[in-house]
Amino acid sequence: MSNPLWDLLTVFAPISIVTIGGGQSAIADIHRQVVDVHHWMTQAEFVNAFAISRMTPGPGSLLATLIGWQVAGFWGAVVATLALFGPTAFLIYGVAHVWSRFQGARWQIALETGLRPIAAGMILAATYILFNAMDGGWVAEGVALASTAVLMLTRINPLLLLACGAGIFVSLHGIV
Amino acid sequence: MRNSQGQSPTALGLFLIFARIGLTSFGGGLSGWFLREFVQMRKWMTEEEFFNGLAISQALPGINIKNLAIWIGYRMLGRKGAVAGFLGIIVPPGIVIVLLGTLFASLMRFDVTHLLLEGAAAAAVGLSLSMGLTAAWRVPREVMPIALMIATFVAIGILHWPLIWTVLGAGSVSVALSYFNV
Repeated sequence: MSNPLWDLLTVFAPISIVTIGGGQSAIADIHRQVVDVHHWMTQAEFVNAFAISRMTPGPGSLLATLIGWQVAGFWGAVVATLALFGPTAFLIYGVAHVWSRFQGARWQIALETGLRPIAAGMILAATYILFNAMDGGWVAEGVALASTAVLMLTRINPLLLLACGAGIFVSLHGIV
Repeated sequence: MRNSQGQSPTALGLFLIFARIGLTSFGGGLSGWFLREFVQMRKWMTEEEFFNGLAISQALPGINIKNLAIWIGYRMLGRKGAVAGFLGIIVPPGIVIVLLGTLFASLMRFDVTHLLLEGAAAAAVGLSLSMGLTAAWRVPREVMPIALMIATFVAIGILHWPLIWTVLGAGSVSVALSYFNV
């Protein structure tokens, strides 16, 4: 019988390294490993865990923590989290270090200016995808656009805005 | 314009800021919260520094938001800041997801739970859009940068191309152009 902690490590650490462009891209692979390969969860349990990871605050990839917890309790949660978040932490740390050492170098200025349009395009694309994925039709679209306007024009605390969004949905539910 | 403006952060202070954002960011869009907290409210970073960090965090492997937390933490306080960013954005929300995992499953029976979460998520999309517009505003108003921004948007948002190839492709063209123009 294999050790579940070791299995969690060997499932999540490789996924960590190939996760490029957001944890979303890794969900399909996590699903395959958890449901089909290791039989840690049923299909329905996995979907439930996924939904919970979207609804709780914090990075959605904490799905791994929840899976680890359900597979092997406290240490399962710790191992799955470190395996998914740990290895690439060293990479970004190294890049941040190099970046600050070469402050002002010509290649760095070129990278900074050159990355601007790419970053803008990426954020707008992510927004577009989120916008289309929203449940709730025109009410949701209206709330999203109104919240954009409020954020651009005021210094409101975003939490307040989310509470308003939630309040609008609940109060309109009886009318629409 | 908070009173903390101008004060330099401590490791514990950074940890608490990241923990608070991690614990209150319902509906996703954590990087939008970082922009608001570190650039717009506290003015600890410029928009330029922030969006550089964001582009690099997204292009490198690893969970983007964890990369960005480490990047910001490092810019603020070096190694200690990087550790504070990493722990702050992962540990407290990790504990919460385990606690809520048990609770939420039972709350999902109620329609009002769905409504509350959908409404919060819709407002959170506004956070993402306002950040996208801020970033787009900073793009030089010349043909090539704007064309590259649109191409990136279409490739990722509409054609669903893998992010890594899009960033490597459009990014190297864009960086090469600015290198020879500098």
